[in-house]
Amino acid sequence: MKHTISVIVENKPGVLSRVSGLFSRRGFNIESLAVGTTEDPSLSRMTIVVAGDEADLEQITKQLYKLIDTLKVFDLPADKSVQSELVLVKVAANEKSRVEITQIAEIFRAKIVDVAETSMTLELTGEESKVEGAIKLLTKFGVKELVRTGRIALQRGSAE
Amino acid sequence: MQLTGAQALLESLHREGVEIIFGYPGGVVLPLYDAMFADKRVKHILVRHEQGAAHAADGYARATGKVGVCLATSGPGATNLTTGIANAYMDSIPMIAITGQVATSLLGRDSFQEADVTGITMPIAKHSYLIKKVEDLPRIMKEAFHIARSGRPGPVVVDIPKDIFVNKLEYKYPDQVDIPSYKPRTEGHPKQIALAIKAIQAAKKPIIYAGGGVISADASSELKELAEKCNLPVTTTLMGIGAFPETHELSLGMLGMHGTAYANYAVTECDLLIGIGARFDDRVTGHIAKFAPNAKIIHLDIDPAEIGKNVRVDIPIVGDVKKVLQALLAKIGPKEKHAPWVDQITEWKKKYPLAYKQAETIKPQYVIEQAHELAKERDTIIVTEVGQNQMWAAMFYQFTKPRSWISSGGLGTMGFGLPAANGAQFGRPDALVIDFAGDGSIQMNIQELTTAVNNRLPIKIFVLNNCFLGMVRQWQELIYDRHYSHTNLCNNPDLVKIAEAYGAVGMRVSKPAEVRSAIEKAFAINDRPVLVDFVVAKEENVFPFVPPGQAINEMIID
Ligand SMILES: Cc1ncc(C[n+]2csc(CCOP(=O)(O)OP(=O)(O)O)c2C)c(N)n1
Repeated sequence: MKHTISVIVENKPGVLSRVSGLFSRRGFNIESLAVGTTEDPSLSRMTIVVAGDEADLEQITKQLYKLIDTLKVFDLPADKSVQSELVLVKVAANEKSRVEITQIAEIFRAKIVDVAETSMTLELTGEESKVEGAIKLLTKFGVKELVRTGRIALQRGSAE
Repeated sequence: MQLTGAQALLESLHREGVEIIFGYPGGVVLPLYDAMFADKRVKHILVRHEQGAAHAADGYARATGKVGVCLATSGPGATNLTTGIANAYMDSIPMIAITGQVATSLLGRDSFQEADVTGITMPIAKHSYLIKKVEDLPRIMKEAFHIARSGRPGPVVVDIPKDIFVNKLEYKYPDQVDIPSYKPRTEGHPKQIALAIKAIQAAKKPIIYAGGGVISADASSELKELAEKCNLPVTTTLMGIGAFPETHELSLGMLGMHGTAYANYAVTECDLLIGIGARFDDRVTGHIAKFAPNAKIIHLDIDPAEIGKNVRVDIPIVGDVKKVLQALLAKIGPKEKHAPWVDQITEWKKKYPLAYKQAETIKPQYVIEQAHELAKERDTIIVTEVGQNQMWAAMFYQFTKPRSWISSGGLGTMGFGLPAANGAQFGRPDALVIDFAGDGSIQMNIQELTTAVNNRLPIKIFVLNNCFLGMVRQWQELIYDRHYSHTNLCNNPDLVKIAEAYGAVGMRVSKPAEVRSAIEKAFAINDRPVLVDFVVAKEENVFPFVPPGQAINEMIID
């Protein structure tokens, strides 16, 4: 079972390695990790997707709290949060395939951010299933490069 | 006032009440040592290896309850501290490790004697700081001490680049600490306490399992009060030794891999296990699924992350052990003797006492018993190395007071005993400090004899010399078909001569009849360390023994 957890930490040097070190040391697997500052620049928010059962989630949460720089940890279940990810994907393209790729981009509301003679780069955003769906369709053209930010998430206003 | 970083550091140590630090100089800490030349308010003890500094600070902290402080230079000095830092971390000992670092301008360039100390110590310290601006030094020192001693105590590393020692600042020491992200919870939840009381009252076969947290929370008297009020038998972990008097009729001694048979049977049979300041370590639980299989579990601990880490817990209580026990004692009524349970335990105690057989050669257990006989009236601190010596000391010495037992529990660090004994003796100059050692372990930090001699520390080092890495040999005997692979120490140096070369007193004893008088002689020396080389039975085993992976009631008893 995958969990999305949000960790609010002091925005200080070394904090990222404390958090990532904790996951590896305790044997928890990070599927993705996204970090950035919050509305308060002295704080960072890490959104971590991790696989594990309820007991794992509880241990992870407690161990994260144990780090001196951790202010808050919360689980963000899919039904109580908005989740999104940004993906840049460079697909092989030629005159023939360009039209079809553009159509796929439109359907998935992806932005075409770069067009070159032999490739196109699309910017996809949205939930995992949507992003995965788009990537699947694009594979047949040949994915040259792909980069994902990892999931970010916020609690829904109604769940606060 | 205007101070250099070095002066500010010494000033901060002084304001934190630090009386003594254990250290070793080197290039980048020269400015600090220079400041110490002028400011002698904090006593500096020159050790002979940085590992010795860390263990001495640790032993000092365990003996006194204060924060121990050690100091090393950058690079190899700092890496030599790491075993000691890890040791303190595993046993939750409050400690500050100050390390010099290359100048900020040289950081990250693989400069001479540069090591990423905050990186290296991340998983083995409670917290760490790299000071990058001299103005931050007072606040960081204040925070470091606060973090080291509050909540679940532990070592904090403060890494200080050379230029920070030299730069000047307008010094002001903060009176208060404010770390928004660090607020340990100390009060137990009243609802949980009420649940615990109910469970205790309902239990037919209750038992308390007490760990080192009772000692660090200074809660031994509360523990005793609870045990007596509700007739609860008490077993302790290795770290919990001294938390409850072993002479008490409710005492079951230690549990776990080398626990008493009656403690292990009682834990296996109990219907309520009250874990207090303990962490359900694998050396305690054995096969975890078969640990206390019929019991409801109450777990009281200051560290929320300990709850549910290793075993399922029915009634968790997060809080300071002392405060929670006080709150619990205020509400709980006395409890009947649950006679059948007490009778059962008494029967186990009679049937399976700790025992060993006397022989022509000296039995190590006998040395410990005799030392206990002769030391029990005095304020005594027993320190140990690691291995069989440690287990026999835990089993055959009868501890009655907290902070009278100092041993490397979680990390099991050979070489801990001698420097820790030094630290303990510095902390409690009037106490009788005995280090029970193995002939392997004692050689791991033997250089610290110099520190003891130079400071006229009258510590007693009792080597139980079996010419083996005894505990490993025991496993080889019992689990690996007596394949004594690389555990024979028959070419040991002459430890008596070594002691003498260092300026300590050395003695050798090989007959049981001489043991007592040798101990008396050693106790009478009070101006320098004594090493007594007890030539003991070579292949004596520590029993009971729960083979790894077995349930704790599946012991080999003899
Ligand atoms: C630093 C370190 N290295 C290795 C070990 C593994 N080990 C545990 S007990 C032991 C043997 C200890 O022998 P000795 O000090 O002679 O004590 P004895 O068991 O004979 O009492 C060893 C090697 C350890 N605990 N610590």
